[in-house]
Amino acid sequence: MTTTRRDLLTTALTAVGVSAASEVTQAVPHEHDHDHDGDHQAAPSDPALRAKALESVLIGRGLVDRAALDALVDTYEHKIGPRNGARVVARAWVDERYKRRLLSNGTAAIRELGFGGAEGEQMVVVENTPHVHNLVVCTLCSCYPWPVLGLPPVWYKSNAYRARSVIDPRGVLKELGLELPGDVEVRVWDSTAEIRYLVLPERPKGSEHLDEAGLAALVTRDAMVGVARVDLKPEGARA
Amino acid sequence: MNGVHDMGGMQDMGPVHIEKNEPVFHAPWEGRVFAMYNVVDGDWASGSGRHQRELIPPAEYLSMLYYERTMRSLEVLLVKSGMVTATELESGVAAGGNTKGRHRMTAEEVPAEFAHGWPSGSPEPAVARFRVGQPVRARDLNPIGHTRLPRYARGRPGIIARDHGVHVFNDSLVQGLGPKPQHLYSVRFMARDLWGAQANALDSVHLDLWDDHLEAI
Repeated sequence: MTTTRRDLLTTALTAVGVSAASEVTQAVPHEHDHDHDGDHQAAPSDPALRAKALESVLIGRGLVDRAALDALVDTYEHKIGPRNGARVVARAWVDERYKRRLLSNGTAAIRELGFGGAEGEQMVVVENTPHVHNLVVCTLCSCYPWPVLGLPPVWYKSNAYRARSVIDPRGVLKELGLELPGDVEVRVWDSTAEIRYLVLPERPKGSEHLDEAGLAALVTRDAMVGVARVDLKPEGARA
Repeated sequence: MNGVHDMGGMQDMGPVHIEKNEPVFHAPWEGRVFAMYNVVDGDWASGSGRHQRELIPPAEYLSMLYYERTMRSLEVLLVKSGMVTATELESGVAAGGNTKGRHRMTAEEVPAEFAHGWPSGSPEPAVARFRVGQPVRARDLNPIGHTRLPRYARGRPGIIARDHGVHVFNDSLVQGLGPKPQHLYSVRFMARDLWGAQANALDSVHLDLWDDHLEAI
């Protein structure tokens, strides 16, 4: 990758009629040794340094409060995540009346458990049955129900998932280990507006002895997006 | 805008790979960018950040990490709106002084702000042009600006499956033409009407589309 930080900033700022006079930082090797889903051959610049420069400027100009940034990062790293959605699902499995409320007014029913707000202001919950399988995507962007699932994982935001899940949902599911019979209807929900979708997975057979907390422990993020089923034994590897 | 971000239906993006035990952020800078983008009181229309990401040239868009796109859009909006200068971004040094009229969210305000969110539902009444069960067609629109109508649905027939009520119309808002509140619907398109005979006859794709995206058939 030959594009430098300077090129990028110049391109970006030229686009808004400003010339980038000098370079912020020396070009440094990027540090992405982690798995980025195969979407990216290389990071084109030094994002960590750019982010640091941006934060310094915003704080220096009084536009953001460092403690507010810390609080928000902490919220989505530690407080808001798929355990919230798992509680919603488990409640629906044990309480038929709650389930009916959840399917008819997802926002209000989810709010009953204390979850709601940013990127979940209006929620719709769709139910998987032996005959219908639901799958959620955002082909244009990365829309995802934060209050119940937290921030989206890389695969959900990946070009591959956004591209293929609408044209070949069965192929995507099969690759991910979920092969659906031809007589099961697949419904894909492309989140093109501000409505956010949560899949209510099927309760696994043989789970009759489990209480609500035990059931919640089985429910995975991927099942609530619709790319997996809920198994009786939780997959420790899946968030 | 017919951009690379509108990728529904493309087939050459490779396999979907789920990373096991994925962290919320892969590096600290991703969390900082996420937080700055969501906390700053930007002097721009809601949804502009998303449109700025759409304006990233395709070759770059495809090679950038998700939070790099976020950072780019934030940088461009800050400069474009005059809140921050390009020189400051280049140097990493604030030129001094507060930016007038912008609210600085405190850590104490964070929980309530995010627990409330930013609802797109509109209190303004609007007459629904379509009713649940009605056959419709997605209009063949190719606006230069932001749109929530993906290419793969344009010109295709569907059925109104649900009326979500009156919502701000993002296409209009982000193009600077005002919120233009109108009904938003879940529209059910049969997979075969989108992709032809190769699709399973039972399958469907639901999109959320506004009155202005649709015409009666």
